[in-house]
Amino acid sequence: MKICVLVKEVPDAAVEKRIDPSTGRMDRSGEKNLNPYDTHAIEAAMQIKEGGAIPVEEIVAVTMGPESAVRALHKAVSLGADRSVHLTDPSLAGSDVAATGYALAKALESESPDLVLLGQQSDDGECYTIGAVVADHLKMPSLTQVIKMDVDGGALRCERQAEYGYDTVQVQLPAVISVGDAINEPRYPSLKAIMGAKKKPLDTKAAGDVGIDGSLVGADGSRVDCGEFKAPPQKAAGKIIEDEDTNETVEQIVAWLDERKLI
Amino acid sequence: MGGILVYVLHYEGAFNKNSLGAVSEGAKLAGELGTTCDAVVVGGGDLTNDLCATLGNYGAKRVFKAEGAEGLAQPVVDVMAKVIDDNGHSYALFGGGLLGFEIGAGLAARKNAGVTMEVTGVVVENGGLVAERPILGDSQISRSKYKGDLGIIIGRINAFEIKETGGGAAEVVDVAVEYSAWSNQATMVQRGEQRGADVNIEDADILVAGGRGLGKAEGFQMCEELAGAFGGAVAATRAVVDAGWYPYAAQIGQTGKTVAPKLYLAAGISGAIQHKVGMQASENIVAINKDANAPIFEFSDLGIVGDLNKILPKLTEAVKAKKGA
Repeated sequence: MKICVLVKEVPDAAVEKRIDPSTGRMDRSGEKNLNPYDTHAIEAAMQIKEGGAIPVEEIVAVTMGPESAVRALHKAVSLGADRSVHLTDPSLAGSDVAATGYALAKALESESPDLVLLGQQSDDGECYTIGAVVADHLKMPSLTQVIKMDVDGGALRCERQAEYGYDTVQVQLPAVISVGDAINEPRYPSLKAIMGAKKKPLDTKAAGDVGIDGSLVGADGSRVDCGEFKAPPQKAAGKIIEDEDTNETVEQIVAWLDERKLI
Repeated sequence: MGGILVYVLHYEGAFNKNSLGAVSEGAKLAGELGTTCDAVVVGGGDLTNDLCATLGNYGAKRVFKAEGAEGLAQPVVDVMAKVIDDNGHSYALFGGGLLGFEIGAGLAARKNAGVTMEVTGVVVENGGLVAERPILGDSQISRSKYKGDLGIIIGRINAFEIKETGGGAAEVVDVAVEYSAWSNQATMVQRGEQRGADVNIEDADILVAGGRGLGKAEGFQMCEELAGAFGGAVAATRAVVDAGWYPYAAQIGQTGKTVAPKLYLAAGISGAIQHKVGMQASENIVAINKDANAPIFEFSDLGIVGDLNKILPKLTEAVKAKKGA
């Protein structure tokens, strides 16, 4: 079986995120990292491979993004992927969620995976939706926010938390599964793996190489125009106490609660 | 202008309250646009015509009803695509929750439509809908306008208020759908399993909520002792419930419960949006976290930057002393 893992480069959590007022898009300059949720997807792929219930020939990391996104692929390979695919093309810039999902689906189509894994959300855009978009284009069954996944013959037995409690769903392969962060504890890459990551095969593909219809991607091909912003209603900032002397801190908390008749 | 189609989730013969909020919102917007709001339901025998017709109370004109698998997104995408093809709806609206995200995204792919998620407000502008979505930790609001024939709006949980319009029974329209092959390749084995003890957190005036910052399952003992001193109850985040530290019935947030106690004391909770939506209506929010940059401090009334292992036990003693005084 071949597993493709979708990964994404996101601004480092420590970097303050902002919208570039000239383009209306997220300012993606500054320190970047592999989306932390994606490390759980790679770990899930590794656990299927090492679990032995089904032979895994290959784990391929796939991303879409500018030149710098290669670093996310290197990180993915250092965590266990065998090779990577980088979909990059100026015509893809400014794609909305639906257009991005379409473009990724085209890149995946040329890989013919038996399983597509991804993290349940990206750290920057906070959307949980890309897996479902990709699945519909690939005509595969799909499930998001999966926290337990077992191979069961040609299917996966998945568990997740939904609106009314925990659901168990049997999903036939090939399938698109997005995993939650509770599914595993991602391993740390070894120094050797980090050093070797740049030597693993990396295919760079343009939109035309995977048959992307240019009228369906980029800012012009997107069906949502979200270049307009406004400030949210302001909430008065709360009081902050830095705990230095805990007895004093607790005294202050109790006084604050007492003032509001909460004790 | 076509109408607005709202997906309504149900479980064991009762409609989801976020879905009912979305129907109310859809009906209000349809009135402003001069069009109508319809609902769509997918399920089995518990979806009686009488039950479906009650959606008229919230403003739905017609209810499109299809027989199909429950609790899975892709069959609903098939149904909604067919209803929209046959009836020319211009917008699809969802009340949030996991399935709403999945269905809305799948529908966007199927219909080459624009989709906006985590929407907290929808306004009518120039004869169309504009969806407002808080981004970057709620520090800005992005306004989405739609191009093309269909716009998809997925609300944030609790974003839309339920309003009974006094409308009569909705017309129930049966829809026959040929499901996609891939929609039949996922099957529900068990739905709605409750894990862990049954606890009631919705009626408590004071909640002490614990998150990953507690470090381990045993950390909840500190929360229980503090809650005991207050005479309140203990709640938890999704991360620690999924990790098995605390029962599911105590979970706050997007896939858990929504609460609004007099005091919400968050211990070791970073304050992710998925958690915030379940507790932001609390009257007083107190947060203890060792990370001064945790988002929860942005919406707390009192924030304490420090080690909860030191603070919680002393606070418990102080509250006990105060109560005894």
